[in-house]
Amino acid sequence: MGDTRLAAFAWEPMHCAAYGILLLPLLSFLINGLWLGRKSARASAWTATVLMGATAALSIIVASGYRDHILTAPHLFPARAALAFEHTWLDFSLGSGAVLSARLGFYLDPISVMMVLVISFISFLVNLYSIGYMKDDAGAGRFFPLLSFFSFTMLGLVVSSNLAQTFFFWELVGAASYLLIGFWYAKPSAVAASKKAFILTRLADAFFLMGLLAVGVNAGSFDFAHLNGPEAAAALNHSVGAGLVTFNLLSLGTLGIYMGAWGKSAMFPFHVWLPDAMEGPTPVSSLIHSATMVVAGVYLTARLYPLFSAAEYTLRVVECTGAFTAVFAAAIACAQTDLKRILAFSTLSQLGLMMSALGTGGGGEPGAAYTASMFHIFTHAFFKCLLFLSAGAVIHAIHSNDIREAGAGGLRKAMPRTYWATLIAVAAIAGIWPLSGFFSKEAILHAALANGRYGALAAGLCTGALTAFYMARYFFLIFHGSAVGSRAPHDSRATHAQEAHPVREGALMTLPILILAVPSALIGILGKGFFTGTVRLWGAEGGASAGVSESALPMRHASSGSWLPAVATVLALSGAGIAWYWYAFRKNGAAFPDRRAPAWYRILAEKFYIDEIYLFLAKRVASKWIAAPAEWTERNIVNGAFDWMTGAVKRLAFLQSIAQSGQVQAYIAVALLGIYLLFRFTGPGY
Amino acid sequence: MNLTACLLLSAALFSIGAYGLVTRRNMIAALMSLELMVNAALINFIAFARFGGTHAGQGDAQAGSLFALFAVAVTAAEMALALAIVVAVHRQRRHLDIRELDGLHG
Repeated sequence: MGDTRLAAFAWEPMHCAAYGILLLPLLSFLINGLWLGRKSARASAWTATVLMGATAALSIIVASGYRDHILTAPHLFPARAALAFEHTWLDFSLGSGAVLSARLGFYLDPISVMMVLVISFISFLVNLYSIGYMKDDAGAGRFFPLLSFFSFTMLGLVVSSNLAQTFFFWELVGAASYLLIGFWYAKPSAVAASKKAFILTRLADAFFLMGLLAVGVNAGSFDFAHLNGPEAAAALNHSVGAGLVTFNLLSLGTLGIYMGAWGKSAMFPFHVWLPDAMEGPTPVSSLIHSATMVVAGVYLTARLYPLFSAAEYTLRVVECTGAFTAVFAAAIACAQTDLKRILAFSTLSQLGLMMSALGTGGGGEPGAAYTASMFHIFTHAFFKCLLFLSAGAVIHAIHSNDIREAGAGGLRKAMPRTYWATLIAVAAIAGIWPLSGFFSKEAILHAALANGRYGALAAGLCTGALTAFYMARYFFLIFHGSAVGSRAPHDSRATHAQEAHPVREGALMTLPILILAVPSALIGILGKGFFTGTVRLWGAEGGASAGVSESALPMRHASSGSWLPAVATVLALSGAGIAWYWYAFRKNGAAFPDRRAPAWYRILAEKFYIDEIYLFLAKRVASKWIAAPAEWTERNIVNGAFDWMTGAVKRLAFLQSIAQSGQVQAYIAVALLGIYLLFRFTGPGY
Repeated sequence: MNLTACLLLSAALFSIGAYGLVTRRNMIAALMSLELMVNAALINFIAFARFGGTHAGQGDAQAGSLFALFAVAVTAAEMALALAIVVAVHRQRRHLDIRELDGLHG
C-alpha cells in the first residue's frame, strides 16, 4: 500500500484484536450453525452471547489502541486513518499495467471505530436479550448462528478498507437480514417480508455495483484512502457519454453508490421494505433498526463523504431524499397502531434526518454535517435498540402487537423497569434535554443552519415535533392507556390473556433494556466532545482534501444558532403535550382509525397507499405488459428453439444406437474383420 | 511333418473355431469353438519351438513349450470361470442362447 494518507503504527494487541473482532462472530456462526445449534439451543445461545461479549471487549481494545496510538499522534496529521490489517484478495488488470485490487482490510478511523464499538456492544445485548426472548421457540438453535452471522457481516462492512470489500459484506448483510426477517418461515407474511426486503435492496444494489465499478475503474482504486483524496475526485470529474447524453462521471458514480445506500437505508421510495421487516423476531428488528442493516446506507455515504462532497449534485439528492423521508415517515408513524410498525417508521424518519444532515454538507460546512450525522447514528443506535427491546418485552407479555391492546394491560405496574427505561428512550428520541437525542438532533439542525440549508432545517424541526408527538402517543397508549383499551373491541381477549399468563419481567430480557437506558440517557453529553472535536475535524479535512473549502474550523454557527435548541425543545414539548392531551389526559381514543376518522388520517394510517401503488404497478402494469409478453417469448420462442435442438440431437443419437445391438457374436465378427483388415493392409506382405 | 504342415493345421483349427464362435447359438458350443482357437495358437507355439523360427537359429525349444504350458494353465482357469458364468446364466434364464442375451443393446 504505502499510501501516505494512512498512518503506520505498530501495537501488536490491536492487530490481534482486529482479527478477533471479525473472526469471533464468524466462529460463533460456524460452531452454532454446523454443530451446537442442533444439539442444544440453550448452549448455542450462551456460546453466541459469550463470543459476542468477547467481540465487544476486543472492540474496546481496538478503540483504546486507536485513541492512544493513532488519534493522538500529532505527527500523523492529517492522517487519522490506519489499517489494522489488509490482505489482497483479487487483482484485476486494467490494462497498461494498472491493477485494481479487491482487498480485505480493517480500516480504522473515527467513524469505523465508533461503529465497531456500537455494533459489537448492541449485538451482545441483543444476544443476551434473545436468550430470554427465544427460550420457548423451536427454532432457537437456528436463530443464534444467524444472529452471529448478521453481526459478523455488519462488522466486516464497517471496517472495510475499500469499496469491493464493502460491497461484499453489503450483500452478506442483505442475505443475513433476509434469513432473519424470514426466520419464522412457516408464516406467509414473514416470507413475503423477507422477499420484499431482499428484492428491493437488491434492486438498489445493482446501481451500487455499477457506481462502484465506474468509480473504481476510473479512479484506479477501490481503497477509501485513495477515493477520499483529491486525486480521485479530480480523476473522476469529467464528462462521459456522447451527443445529448453526457454525464459527469463523478456525479454519476457517486449517485450510483448512493442508490445502494438509498435502498439499504430505506429512503423513500425504497422505504416499503423496512416496516414489513418487523415480521422477524423482535431482537432481529432491534438489531436491524439500530446497529446493522439500515445504518449501513448512512455509513456508506459517510465513508465516502469527501468524495461525495466533491459532487454537489449527489449531495443535493442525498439531502432531498433524506429530508423528505424524515417528514414523510414521521407523519405515517403518527397514525399506526402496531407497536413495532410505529418504531419502524420512526427509524425511517431518523435515518432520513441522518441522510439529510450529510446532504447539507454541500453548503460549505461539510465537517458540521458529517459530525451531526455520525453523532445521530451513534445516539440513535442506543435508544432505538432500547425501544425495540422494550417493545419486544411488551409483546412477549401481552401476546399482541396492537398498541390498543397493550393499553389494557396495566403494564406500568406490571413492568416498572421496562416502563422507566422506555420513558428514557422516548424522551431521548424526542430530543429532550439532557438525554442523548437532544444533542445529536441539535447538531443536525445546526449543520443545516450553518450550511444555509433552510429546507433541511425546516424538515428537521418538523420531524422533531412529529417525533415527539408519535413517541409520546406510543408511550401513553402502551403504559397509560387503560381507558382507551377498555373501549377497544379486543380488550376482553387481551385481559384474558393477562390472567392466563401473568406479566413478568424476565431477568435476561430486562437486563439489556436497563443497560441500554444508561447510554440512551448519557451518551449525548459524553459523546459531544468526541464528535464535535475529532469526527468534525476529520470530516472537515476530508472535505478540504476533496476540494471543498471549509470556511472556518471553529463552528460558524456559534452566534447565529443559539436560538435553535430552544425552538427545537419547544416544538418537541408541544408535540409531546398534544399527544399527552389526546391519549393520556382525555383518553377518548378519538384519533384511532375508525369510520369517524377524517380522510387525511386514513391516508396516514394506510401509509399514503404506497404499498398499494406498488402492488398496482407490479400486478397491473409490470406483470401484464412486461412479464406476460416476456413469459410468452420464453415459453414459445426460447424454449421452442431449445426443444427443437434437443429433439434433433436425440434422433441422431437413436440412429447411432442401432449399431449397439447387444449381440456378442456380431461384436466378435466385427473384431475379427478388423484384425483381418489390419493385417491385410498393414502387415509385412502389403 | 514340417513347419508348414503344422501352421496349416493351426490355421484350419483357428478358422473352424472363429466360424463356430460367430455362428453357434449355444453358449457351450461357442466356448468350445473359442477353445479351438486358443489351441490353434498353442500349436503354433509348439511348432515354432520344434522347427525353429522363419529365420535360422531363432527357435528356442524351452521358451516355446514353456509358454504353451502356461497358456494351457491360463486357459483352464479361464474355462472354469466361463463355465461358472454358463451355469449362472442357465440358472437364471433356463436357456443358453447367446442371441437372446442382448441386454447390452443400445
